[in-house]
Amino acid sequence: MKSIFKPMLSVVAASMMLASCGPDLGSADGANNSVMANDAASKTYVAPGDHDEFYAFISGGFSGQLAVYGLPSGRLFRVIPVFSQDPEKGYGYNEETKPMLNTSHGFVPWGDSHHPDISQSKGELDGRWVFINENNTPRVARISLETFETEEILEIPNSAGNHSSTFVTENTEYIVAGTRFAVPAPQKDMPIADYKGNFKGSLSFIKIDPNEGTMNIAFQIRMPGFNFDLAHPGRGKSHGWFFFSSYNTEESNTLLEVNASQNDKDYITAVNWQKIEEYIAKGVGTMEPAKYAHNTWNDDTHIATSVMEDEVLIINPEDVPGAIYFLPTPKSPHGCDVDPTGEYIIGNGKLAAALTVHSFTKMVKAIEDKAFDGDAYGIPILQFEAINYGTLEQPGLGPLHTEFDTRGNAYTTFFISSEVVKWNVKDLKVIDRQPVFYSVGHLMIPGGNSAKPFDKYLVAMNKITKDRYLPTGPEVCQSAQLFDITGEKMELLLDFPTIGEPHYAAGCPAELLASKSQKIFKLEENKHPYVVKNEAETKVVREGNEVHIYMSMIRSHFSPDNIEGVKVGDKVFFHVTNLEQDYDVPHGISMIGANTSELLIMPGRTETFVWNPKQEGVWPFYCTDFCSALHQEMQGYVRVSAANSDIQISYTLDDEVPGTEEDL
Amino acid sequence: MKSRIIMIVGSLMLIAVFFKPIWNITLEAPQYPIPLGMDIYIDRFEGANDEFDIKNINLMNHYVGMQYIPESIPEFKSFPYIVGFMIALGVILGITGKFKLYLGWFVLMSILGLLGLYDFYLWEYDYGHNLDPHAIMQFKNPDGSPMGFQPPLWGTKLILNFTAHSYPRAAAFFLGGGMGLTFVAFIVGFFENKKKKLNL
Repeated sequence: MKSIFKPMLSVVAASMMLASCGPDLGSADGANNSVMANDAASKTYVAPGDHDEFYAFISGGFSGQLAVYGLPSGRLFRVIPVFSQDPEKGYGYNEETKPMLNTSHGFVPWGDSHHPDISQSKGELDGRWVFINENNTPRVARISLETFETEEILEIPNSAGNHSSTFVTENTEYIVAGTRFAVPAPQKDMPIADYKGNFKGSLSFIKIDPNEGTMNIAFQIRMPGFNFDLAHPGRGKSHGWFFFSSYNTEESNTLLEVNASQNDKDYITAVNWQKIEEYIAKGVGTMEPAKYAHNTWNDDTHIATSVMEDEVLIINPEDVPGAIYFLPTPKSPHGCDVDPTGEYIIGNGKLAAALTVHSFTKMVKAIEDKAFDGDAYGIPILQFEAINYGTLEQPGLGPLHTEFDTRGNAYTTFFISSEVVKWNVKDLKVIDRQPVFYSVGHLMIPGGNSAKPFDKYLVAMNKITKDRYLPTGPEVCQSAQLFDITGEKMELLLDFPTIGEPHYAAGCPAELLASKSQKIFKLEENKHPYVVKNEAETKVVREGNEVHIYMSMIRSHFSPDNIEGVKVGDKVFFHVTNLEQDYDVPHGISMIGANTSELLIMPGRTETFVWNPKQEGVWPFYCTDFCSALHQEMQGYVRVSAANSDIQISYTLDDEVPGTEEDL
Repeated sequence: MKSRIIMIVGSLMLIAVFFKPIWNITLEAPQYPIPLGMDIYIDRFEGANDEFDIKNINLMNHYVGMQYIPESIPEFKSFPYIVGFMIALGVILGITGKFKLYLGWFVLMSILGLLGLYDFYLWEYDYGHNLDPHAIMQFKNPDGSPMGFQPPLWGTKLILNFTAHSYPRAAAFFLGGGMGLTFVAFIVGFFENKKKKLNL
């Protein structure tokens, strides 16, 4: 009945408005409207309660995390913990997520996240996962776009400085990982000065399971010790190829700012991964011992496991003739970007005042014609003139990265001259340039690494803000700037601060994700070994000096909430299940004296923290998330007795032992 | 002949109660942009907008000491048989073509329907008034009597921060429509009979 009344009411209301306001609307003049249309504020204004048009996943850089913003408002919705501990969410602190941060070097609490990229099908964003890489301890991660949680982290062996990563191929066949700091591979004790010819730059191809998204290193190409910087997959006609930029082809091991800037040209490496797959099928490649962590989150058990992998398939370039070529590109190319058609490969020579555009078609022909200019370590170097489509002269200083629209235009950031330049790829002509504040790194157009960019907005990500915001002492935020790119000229709309360093970003239309965003975890599907499905199952069990508390939380109490029989020196596990099955009703728990973070537990989930009581007494715990009207009352006590006390474990809720009377 | 078909069709329309909800209670509040709702079927309660709606209604209501909505009630056992019997009876009456009995069926079904509504009212009354004396929040009416939280039998009512709506759902319309048809069958049968007599 309600559903019948409401439309009727709204029809009545609408007709009343038309009747009373019609003349006023009619009197508003055209000039006033156009002022509104040109008003940047109105273009970024998302009214309270309304939703943004796009999601933007902006890397937190040295924060190690991935932040989720809305565009065009620039509002921050969530920081997804990935490579760094997050005490707010208990990530990397609770027992369940600690294995996510395990590596071959042991537990690493921090990471340097860089390049997020959203999964694709047939060259278009499919919104299943977002991948992101970590530079310092080389790793890649996969984040679910249903739970917005990190589901998998894979360490990359034989690598250091995983910068040229992640970059999804057009059917999410692979993501890649590179090596920015060439290292002995496998690692060994040797003089640093013997770098040249001995250090290696591994390029790893990580196979993505088409159904589950799970990541495995399919093969690692053991390249010469250049510094591999960025990468992009081919698409369309160039699908099956991957392009990696590099600097320090001089193979210098000291004062790189000078010594790695000597060669007039460095290389973009073109890898035909489909051809390498064929070689592998024929038995090419060597399994080598390697040690790297593979950490997987399980949404059924709500627990992560860390497995130490022990081998990796190594491909030496000389064993795969016809699969790897060098494309000479001026002056230490940084960004290496492929346009939506897959034809143009753009090398952003960061020390050059020009942009180099290579043609994929010409590259294929040059390979056929064997138009080589010698080789480096046996890898053919294609003749620059044979592959080059053209050069955009004098576009700015310090080109870094390029993204594209669907109208044949490219947008390139210039770090040194602090601007974004719009230019036409075919004509090689600059169309527009806009300053950014200041020192822009990457830029992002939603769907930018795909055949179908959603070219309404462009986000420029800046390293330096200086005077752009209210000062906050010596350390100030970095920022993102939003441009409208629907017109001939780019229009700056918004300037918003970010977490950490907004290194790079991936974006997609909101409707791709919003409707499938998970609301709760179903309690009945929770297979955590210490789950309780209702209050009757809550209990406290002593096993030697370990005490396991099977605790539940629901508005607005814990069960049990009075616990006795714990002794100094015990190791107390709080296994806490949120029994709620309603959207946005998390509960938190923290314990005085626990040397760890709170837990913040979503409905239907179980999490665990460990408390080592050190003093006798009666110690409270409480709910840390303002869950309900009785949140302040959501608290309890643990009595801690002397180590030699003979008080037995006991536990109650409302003076009853849970399970001895009927519960919800 | 026409009256027989109408009687049979009308009776068979009651089958809808085995597939569709009969009644719905919906609770709206600002922090529930998707309202909490309970669909009442012939044999069960079900969350209307989310499978966990009833659990969440219970959680909200425990603050004011209301009872948990039970998993099952005795009516759920008997009602399907009663309706099933009435459908069978209606079809048999239709086949026999004794149109006067159509009216008997209609009256009997109307009484059963009213009893059902009364039963629903009694349950609602108990649900809204039989409160836990240790309730976390205890509200009083202006006259000092304890505030009740009975949802309306039919209509919309403001209960504290919730707007409660109680309205029939699809199966109730089939039920009412089917019953209406059986009454139409009686009228049509009456005139068919008159015509038959005149023709004789």
